[in-house]
Amino acid sequence: MTLDLPLIWAALIATAVLLYVLLDGFDLGVGILFPFARSPKDRDTMMESIAPVWDGNETWLVLGGGGLFAAFPLAYSVLAPALYLPLILMLLALILRGVAFEFRLHGRKHGKAFWTAAFAGGSLAATIAQGLVLGGFIQGITVRDGRFAGGPFDWLTPYSLLIAAGLVAGYALLGAGWLVWKTRDELHGDARRWTWITAGATAALLAAVSVATLIVHPRVAAQWGFIDGAFTWQVLPWVPIPILGAAGLAFIVSGLRRGSHGMPFAGAALVFLSGYLGLAVGFFPTIVPYDIDFRAAANADNALGLMLVGIAVLLPLILGYTVWVYWLFRGKVSGDAGYH
Amino acid sequence: MDFDAILLARLQFAFTIAFHIIFPSFTIGLASFLAVLEGLWLSTGRDVFRNLYMFWVKIFALSFGMGVVSGVVMSYELGTNWAEFSRAASPVIGPLLAFEVLTAFFLEASFLGVMLFGWRKVGPRLHFLATLLVAIGTLVSAFWIISANSWMQHPVGYAVLADGSLRATDWLTVIFSPTFPSRFIHMTLAAFLTTALAVGAASAWSLLRDRTQPESGMALRMAIGMFAIVAPLQLVAGHLSGEMVRLHQPLKLAAVEAYWETRADQPQSLVGIPDRKAGKTHLEIEIPHVGNLIQGVPGTTVLQGLDAFPRADWPVVGLVYWSFRIMVGLGLAMIGLGVWGVWLVIRRRLERSTWFLRAAVAMGPAGFVAVIAGWVVAEVGRQPWTIYGVLRTADSASPVGAGQVSVSLLGFMIIYAIVFSAGAVYILRIVNRGPSLDVEPAPSAGGRAPGTPLAAAPPEPEA
Repeated sequence: MTLDLPLIWAALIATAVLLYVLLDGFDLGVGILFPFARSPKDRDTMMESIAPVWDGNETWLVLGGGGLFAAFPLAYSVLAPALYLPLILMLLALILRGVAFEFRLHGRKHGKAFWTAAFAGGSLAATIAQGLVLGGFIQGITVRDGRFAGGPFDWLTPYSLLIAAGLVAGYALLGAGWLVWKTRDELHGDARRWTWITAGATAALLAAVSVATLIVHPRVAAQWGFIDGAFTWQVLPWVPIPILGAAGLAFIVSGLRRGSHGMPFAGAALVFLSGYLGLAVGFFPTIVPYDIDFRAAANADNALGLMLVGIAVLLPLILGYTVWVYWLFRGKVSGDAGYH
Repeated sequence: MDFDAILLARLQFAFTIAFHIIFPSFTIGLASFLAVLEGLWLSTGRDVFRNLYMFWVKIFALSFGMGVVSGVVMSYELGTNWAEFSRAASPVIGPLLAFEVLTAFFLEASFLGVMLFGWRKVGPRLHFLATLLVAIGTLVSAFWIISANSWMQHPVGYAVLADGSLRATDWLTVIFSPTFPSRFIHMTLAAFLTTALAVGAASAWSLLRDRTQPESGMALRMAIGMFAIVAPLQLVAGHLSGEMVRLHQPLKLAAVEAYWETRADQPQSLVGIPDRKAGKTHLEIEIPHVGNLIQGVPGTTVLQGLDAFPRADWPVVGLVYWSFRIMVGLGLAMIGLGVWGVWLVIRRRLERSTWFLRAAVAMGPAGFVAVIAGWVVAEVGRQPWTIYGVLRTADSASPVGAGQVSVSLLGFMIIYAIVFSAGAVYILRIVNRGPSLDVEPAPSAGGRAPGTPLAAAPPEPEA
């Protein structure tokens, strides 16, 4: 039996990106919610809830980029130049918010205020940049002779801005759900309110993005069964995807109503999973929409094979100790675990 | 991509990687230092080690954070600015970089959280294990990145297919390419030296104000022990690395030593102003006959000069020549500082020697400067190639215009200037406070995890 290496690697990269979106999504979301905290003390608690794990969360982004370089070099070498400016914006924003975790503790009066603003602003800007990257990706990349052949601002369209707005709402929802889970007292109450608001915004924007995608991109519409104004029911296997999203929203609402601490976050994760799969159905099997197939972009078989051996051993290990670290820091934020 | 865009992209890469390399070269050594301190604290129970750990872990956290975020940049910059390189090199070094993420980055990032925030969550032994794993992660990361870079310096174990693309033919040959072992040792020792000098400088600074400060006295002795041993070893490792350059990159050697003509019995140029256009070195001080001796080959061996290569392939000779001399000069100064320090320790006059303490403070940044100078020798010396002899830098860039590259370069310069100055101020403030203020009254008898938190985060004084 020969393994379908490109398919396996496409699945692995897709999983890494999904894990990134879910994990860094909630800690970016906490940053987006930063300005709405009642007090500096609440902000300290919010940051403390993610401080031990944000670094590991962001490593999935490195695996996404590094993995694309290593497994699908053609896609990497077309997508990165095509999405040049939003990617650079994302990196700069991630730098500012990343160092803010430590710098905020060392700044004096003005320094601390600056790094508080840098954390909030950096989280928001990184999210917007990721939304623009996603929007630019979904709307398609201009490719000639296997190379990017478009302009520097191809990614900037009303559609990509809509996606960016949706991602801001979505990450804020994940962040709010996380805070419902990890905090108590007044901050917990605020987080519940934020969850209500961001869940509503996410649902509305996700619906808007879905409609816009079907209208703007006939190819995606065809994947979803809308061909020349008619609708075919061959998309039946994908019907569970929107149902999953609706279930996620129902989970959030019922969790909030029943006073559950964990359900809103789980529901938010389901909503993300649904949105992620829904978009994937639209562009799969291209990896550079809509010109380059993932098989055409794949690296040499011997490189993919070597890496598969490595990841087969290492990924379970990584997932194992990642889960262990989350387990270690389980429960409500206690506020006394730091080294400062 | 046009000429300007390539130049800007090179500037951007040089800027972002020079900024990045400062932090790993510091944290590789510091992580191991922390592991040693925690190990000593656990085995001896002496508070001095715990206090030193608590002092240096703060500086580690600040530096590591800056290293992480500037490192994320590298994993995307290869694509945004060097798409053609990525496409060509990935079939061979793609797996090496993927393994770096999988074996090192996750390990470091996950256990860093435990190391910094897990004091009350895990026992002392498990905490020590977390510190140890972070230290191992930093070394594993260096292994892979130096492996990939060594392959770019001297590509082996690959074949060129009919369509011009590269394929690895032997992975072990790719990973352990001939220049890799000596370069990995050279880089690791450089990281340990850098850290030892920085720790020595901080401790000497504190001793200059209070000669009886026990933590600083201990840390300075540990630092001296480290650089007194490692600096001479580094001379040997550097020589071995240079031997690989002579064997596999003779053009780079010719640039490093400003050999303009191919001949036996090369002279050794000490200082001078190499002039690439004129093909000679101005105002040169040279020692005749010893060039071959220093390269470790008999005087009768012919060593290739720059004239053996097409002029279009020459790197910027002056930059390579001078970076090498800065690196070696600082290395010799480190050996001198080590000998001086050991002598003072033996004579039990360390704390009393104001001049030594001042010299140790002055040498604090020497490791960083030497590391960057060394990288300039390695990377500028490889030009005009990204993969030596296989892919030219001019053919490596992305199809993006100079406008985008300038905007991003400007962005990096502004953000890095803010982050770097703030980080430097915070680290220097901690150094200036010294380890003594962190010493708590001795804990009451009973089980207390090493370095349980000393204070909560300060309140946020804002509106």
